[in-house]
Amino acid sequence: MNDNVVLKMRNIHKSFPGVRALQAVDFTLRKGEIHALMGENGAGKSTLIKVLTGVYTKDEGNIFLDGKEKAVAIHSPQDAQNLGISTVYQEITLCPNLSVAENMFIGRTKGIGQNWRKMNADTEKILKSLEIPAKATQQLETCSIAVQQMIAIARAVDMDCKVLILDEPTSSLDEQEVEKLFTLMRNLRAKGVGIIFVTHFLDQVYEVCDRITVMRDGQLVGEYEIKDLPRVQLVSKMLGKELDDMSDIKGEQQAYEREEGAVPVLEAKGLVSDAGIKPFDFHIDKGEVNGFTGLLGSGRSECVRAIFGADRILGGKVKMKGKDVKISKPLDAMKNGIAYLPEDRKVDGIVGDLSVRDNIILAQQVLRGFFRPFSKAEANKIADEYIKLLSIKTASADTPIKSLSGGNQQKVIVARWLFTHPEYLILDEPTRGIDVGTKVDIQKLVLKLASEGMSVTFISSEMDEMLRTCSRLVVMRDRKMVGQLSGDDLNQNKVMSTIAGGENDDE
Amino acid sequence: MTMNSVAKKQNNSSILMRIVKNQCFIPLAALFILIIFNLVADPTFFQILLEKNSAGNNVLNGPLITILDNGSELAILAIGMTLVTAASGGQDISVGAAVAIAGSVILRVISGGETYPETLHSPVIVAFLVCVVVAMLFGAFNGILVAFFKIQPMIATLILYTAGRSIAAWINNNELPVINEPSFAYYGTYIPGIPIPTPFFIMVICVVIIALLLKFTNLRLYTEAVGINESSSRLNGLNPAFIKVMSFVILGVCVAVVGLIKVSRFSTINYSVIAKDIEMDAILAVALGGNALSGGKFNMVASIIGAYVIQFLITTLYRFNVQSDALPAYKAVVIIILVVISAPSVKEWFSGLTKKLMKKEVA
Repeated sequence: MNDNVVLKMRNIHKSFPGVRALQAVDFTLRKGEIHALMGENGAGKSTLIKVLTGVYTKDEGNIFLDGKEKAVAIHSPQDAQNLGISTVYQEITLCPNLSVAENMFIGRTKGIGQNWRKMNADTEKILKSLEIPAKATQQLETCSIAVQQMIAIARAVDMDCKVLILDEPTSSLDEQEVEKLFTLMRNLRAKGVGIIFVTHFLDQVYEVCDRITVMRDGQLVGEYEIKDLPRVQLVSKMLGKELDDMSDIKGEQQAYEREEGAVPVLEAKGLVSDAGIKPFDFHIDKGEVNGFTGLLGSGRSECVRAIFGADRILGGKVKMKGKDVKISKPLDAMKNGIAYLPEDRKVDGIVGDLSVRDNIILAQQVLRGFFRPFSKAEANKIADEYIKLLSIKTASADTPIKSLSGGNQQKVIVARWLFTHPEYLILDEPTRGIDVGTKVDIQKLVLKLASEGMSVTFISSEMDEMLRTCSRLVVMRDRKMVGQLSGDDLNQNKVMSTIAGGENDDE
Repeated sequence: MTMNSVAKKQNNSSILMRIVKNQCFIPLAALFILIIFNLVADPTFFQILLEKNSAGNNVLNGPLITILDNGSELAILAIGMTLVTAASGGQDISVGAAVAIAGSVILRVISGGETYPETLHSPVIVAFLVCVVVAMLFGAFNGILVAFFKIQPMIATLILYTAGRSIAAWINNNELPVINEPSFAYYGTYIPGIPIPTPFFIMVICVVIIALLLKFTNLRLYTEAVGINESSSRLNGLNPAFIKVMSFVILGVCVAVVGLIKVSRFSTINYSVIAKDIEMDAILAVALGGNALSGGKFNMVASIIGAYVIQFLITTLYRFNVQSDALPAYKAVVIIILVVISAPSVKEWFSGLTKKLMKKEVA
């Protein structure tokens, strides 16, 4: 039965300083199958892919190809390429200003001569056989993103590839384009290519894949036939929560009781941004803590970014305390008492070279306006106050924020927004990548702020954290709001089955 | 060695470190070396004489006064260039061409279109204000290309760099107006009774204005934040595009001021020569001041000192009878040394070395 196996990875280990990214991971790919590789953040998917493609060198373990006894050595992407392992990434890595045919053959011709006519004819043949709607002489950038991706795939396949890795190819495609891509993938499967499909979209996995390998925390959870693994099971395996584990973490939060006739602090209707989410409705009351949950890429962050005006708003109405407001940019949101701690601390949060002090006063300083800067003495007093309040560990208020640890950087950003005295605080993954102590600090802070009357939206990849702090959860799947849970529904089983959706939708 | 003296020595060395690490250290050190060099080679460099100039005024004369005079133009441009560099992470290379436009506008307004006007057709202040508006518009043009169309600053300003001198000539129908009215020359030369060149006072006014702006507005915080992390700045309510455009507009004002000094100095204009290559010197002043050319934090004082260092160098080379066409080559050598020394990686290496030496000494 082994002759059907095209790729076998056994006992793969890989460590980075301080992190064991892969521990004894096995992976098997068969000829003519589409194999989904699933896992949440930090599960080790991308490390495994990078080991396979020669970007990283493995510490331990063997890789076998074509059922051969002898392990192959992959030391560079070129090695992987030569062995027939090709990768197509989410971002197109072709040359947009060359023609389709040139892109197909670039770097593959020997000698200086080039038979253009033959190259174009060959390209036409390949495009036709894979049903890709493009012409050989067309310039690549005039094709849609989906077609460009298909051409990248066609190029990989034409280079005699046995293992094709598709790393989140569907993230920037619309539904019809995804459908076209799937047709191509099925075509290739019929031709005997083994495809590894990395995606965050559950629906797509169940539509096109044959098998699923699930990883979590750098370890293999298991390999499953798609028909043996219902969606709920998949979600529970990805998150590492047993479905029947009713150890339900009872919320420490006060059961939130809505006052009759109370006006929500914020109410959004049909809000939609250009980040690819479906229009959604949302509201939050005074002193309430709610959360957005869903798998990575489900649109959690996009929703709160839309509320804050961080992405371009395409439509919808927002009311603050019953009054219509227009939020089209972050400053509008800030003026209405909304604060937003972004998901990506390094890119969107800190201003690296500026001091801790400047980072703390920044948002409030912008609110005060160009002509009303804080004096040096005022700024120092404010900085010292918040450094003490949140016990931020820093040499001084003058230290550049980039030299602080992740947890302390995050506390500075929290301080920045607390200093604007918001009515509604949005925390998008405030606890990601920071130490346990700081995590607990931040959770406690959220509950304290809520008890003082602030409304808080708290987003986290860790469900425990969400269940512990939130009194209402908004569930997202595939960029759509699919449910709201509160009260007795606020338990792991219910959350997971809502995230999974699909066959459980009727429940 | 007693404990006390060890502590004292460490204290001394840390003060030394602080001085070495200060951003003004490199340009000041360069200035110091140039001064020493001139002292040794030709002490008359530092002679300042009171002479009668062609206008019949008693004025100070000597190489140092030349530096004060010409360096001031550069220092004014360095102020604007520092802000543009900090906000956009790029440089404006159209400054020289823009000075030509600014100067041309002033002459056009003052001469009223005549080549040899008998009188001033409008007060200098009016001409200057018109010129400020025009220069700000050209600055905004550059800024909009950079901020909204996301064109690299050097490419965006290449447009005006190429076209600017033609535009300047076109403004005066390719005529070269000559202004004979003596009061028009005050701004670029001397005011009667004051022996110090006027550009120096204009520079002082500019520095005071920018110092007040940096102290009493958020210009520094906003500019640095946008230069360091645009995405994060936006999420803190800033409008990065507007701030970038603003930096180019401020540079435009600086250009207008230099334009006035230039045409006032010569009482006329030569479109292809006026302020030629001055943009490169202005960029160098910023680099010499130890400011990262990729944007972010900036030190205005260091840039201004940098401008005078460059003028000091140019004047020194002229004194040694370097041919004017060979001048750029000499300048390049000296500048390469200066810029390499002030590069962050070299600085780090240097501070590591001094630390090692200190340790040995203490041990």
